[in-house]
Amino acid sequence: MPLDTARAAPSPVARAVKDALFAALVAAGVFGPLLAFKTTQDMQNRLIVEPRWDLLAVVVLLVWAGRFLLSLWQARVRPETTAAIGTHLVWGLIPQSIRLVIRNGLPPAALVALFVYPMMILSLTGGGGALKWIDNFGIQILIYVMLAWGLNIVVGLAGLLDLGYVAFYAVGAYAYALIATKVIPATFPGLGVWAFWICLPIAGILAAFWGVLLGFPVLRLRGDYLAIVTLAFGEIIRLVLINWTDFSNGYEGISTIPRPSFFGIPFNASDTGFAATFGLEFSPVYRTIFLYYVIVCLALLTAWVSNRLRRLPVGRAWEALREDEIACRSLGINTVNTKLTAFAIGAMFGGFAGSFFAARQGFISPESFTFMESAVILAIVVLGGMGSLIGTAIAAVAMIGGTELLRELDWMKAIFGPQFDPVQYRMLIFGFAMVVIMVWKPRGFVSTRMPTAFLKSRRAVSSAHVKEGHG
Amino acid sequence: MSDAILRVEHLTMRFGGLVAVNDLSFDARRGDITAVIGPNGAGKTTVFNCITGFYKPTQGRITMRQKGGAEFLLERLPDFRIARTAKVARTFQNIRLFSGMTVLENLLVAQHNPLMAASGWSIGGILGLPSYWRAEKQAIEKAAYWLDKCGLTDRADDPAGDLAYGPQRALEIARAMCTEPELLCLDEPAAGLNPRESLVLNELLRFIRREHGTSLLLIEHDMSVVMEISDHVVVLDYGTKISDGTPSQVREDPKVIAAYLGVDDSEVEKVEAEVGL
Repeated sequence: MPLDTARAAPSPVARAVKDALFAALVAAGVFGPLLAFKTTQDMQNRLIVEPRWDLLAVVVLLVWAGRFLLSLWQARVRPETTAAIGTHLVWGLIPQSIRLVIRNGLPPAALVALFVYPMMILSLTGGGGALKWIDNFGIQILIYVMLAWGLNIVVGLAGLLDLGYVAFYAVGAYAYALIATKVIPATFPGLGVWAFWICLPIAGILAAFWGVLLGFPVLRLRGDYLAIVTLAFGEIIRLVLINWTDFSNGYEGISTIPRPSFFGIPFNASDTGFAATFGLEFSPVYRTIFLYYVIVCLALLTAWVSNRLRRLPVGRAWEALREDEIACRSLGINTVNTKLTAFAIGAMFGGFAGSFFAARQGFISPESFTFMESAVILAIVVLGGMGSLIGTAIAAVAMIGGTELLRELDWMKAIFGPQFDPVQYRMLIFGFAMVVIMVWKPRGFVSTRMPTAFLKSRRAVSSAHVKEGHG
Repeated sequence: MSDAILRVEHLTMRFGGLVAVNDLSFDARRGDITAVIGPNGAGKTTVFNCITGFYKPTQGRITMRQKGGAEFLLERLPDFRIARTAKVARTFQNIRLFSGMTVLENLLVAQHNPLMAASGWSIGGILGLPSYWRAEKQAIEKAAYWLDKCGLTDRADDPAGDLAYGPQRALEIARAMCTEPELLCLDEPAAGLNPRESLVLNELLRFIRREHGTSLLLIEHDMSVVMEISDHVVVLDYGTKISDGTPSQVREDPKVIAAYLGVDDSEVEKVEAEVGL
């Protein structure tokens, strides 16, 4: 080792400069044609080229400085320790006993926080403001947490890369919307107030059925090929919803979807409504709070079921499938059934979430089920660390909450002028954040895997051994 | 002596124009350790893949006869049924462990089918019925038994990918044994083991046959293992059987020597003397 360091020691700054120069050169090449020339029309309506060398210089300089600092930092820290640094900065300062308390106490504390959140917000902001915070932050994030936990079964546990998960979300949403607006009024109109509670399981079962239907043709595909077929499946469902107007009303979507009732008591201003029954003053916030608790329960159900399944033979078979499919077959595991159950159960939770989404919005259209949604859900699972429930929840809060927070940055208009809209930079920030996180923690926030059984002590399995699954 | 647990008849496997196995017939007797040997590319692993259902043979019949007398035509069963129903387990030449799962979990995955039934196809398990937890406890006990036999008890909670090469081989055998096979097929179990580990392996294989009544079929290059433990040796060359008999018969067979050493029959004795056979 001393020989190695002696050779490397004199040159970190020089190397960083060289590295940065190269990066600046690439940046100049890439941004040159894009930024340096701007075409505008002059007074005679002629197209003229307006050079913007100063802008190009600023960008190239920024790239140079960024790369220089990054190289310097990387030279100081050996690559294998970069991942541990973030953890060390925080964990290292805390004594062992308190660390243990934090580790064991965090999940229950998070649960309590989850349940008191709407009350807290309500008391902090009062009526109008609370609606936004509970709906945009609470419910929105929890829908994605649930979707990500559902997808986690397919991608994280069974290792089947699914890029069309939004299809099951759509199936669930349309199942609820169509049954509640068409089927129930035509057959049992008396059940109208119960529509959500009847349709929730139906939506789940239908989505699971579609999961199996998708599962069959892709049984023999792996990796990239599987990803492409699932992506196509997601698009097919969306295109059918757009084009089969008799069935789904096409682009216009389905509106006036009945909202969920409080177990039969509707949330309206009437005498039999929720507020009147419980002697409260009518306010739309009660429904939002109720919806919040419904999605909390649905998400917790997802977590509980997937955690339980992981400890059952079927869950172990999923993980074994991710590790080595051929070995699974040599041990007498029916890999066909195992894959299909993973698709079905993952899809079922997607269907539940979709049904809830339709009930919360009151209106759905194919616009809500684009590939972008699948990509976001998959990004959450990957960022969270595949197979980890807590990591996935953190990633969902960061990604969805982060997007929503950008809407709150109005004060930035004071700096960048009134035309500045931080939401427009959402994707840029996203992309940047994902690159940073993937460099810092290539296997996601929680990259270790907890064994499902132990002989003497339960010790986390390092991500170095865990396979990512290739179908 | 005709109590064959596995009977391979006229097995032929073609890949396009290549005949990997050509009209191969042999019997593996119950309670025996049968070795399939042959030079590289002789078609040994292909035979194994046909027996365990990973390949569908072009022609031929493979009959597995269990202790109870039930017979299975292995060439007609899908691979997972061969392990589950016909009770034929196998290991792989390039070790295939679930490296991200712990050693114990590897052995629990191997007990998938009985556990699946105990969990009521997951429904009882999700509801948390005590019968499943009892079954799981038994499964862990069985796993602990095999860990003890392989000397891996101390590593039970480590990821399988963390083990050294020798213990990984042992774990793969233990995992196959957790499916309670009647016939255990080992694809080069001694490959990459040092002489001491080889001896331990021989002991383990003898133990498996003695205590569990499991018949063994193994592919091996390591002649010390083959000659030491096998009761019956089948020699393949270019997909064809060139010799079949006890280890001492086979080692005297000029065809075998020619196949291994690549010499004319007339020169065999000279070469034999040189290598000290």
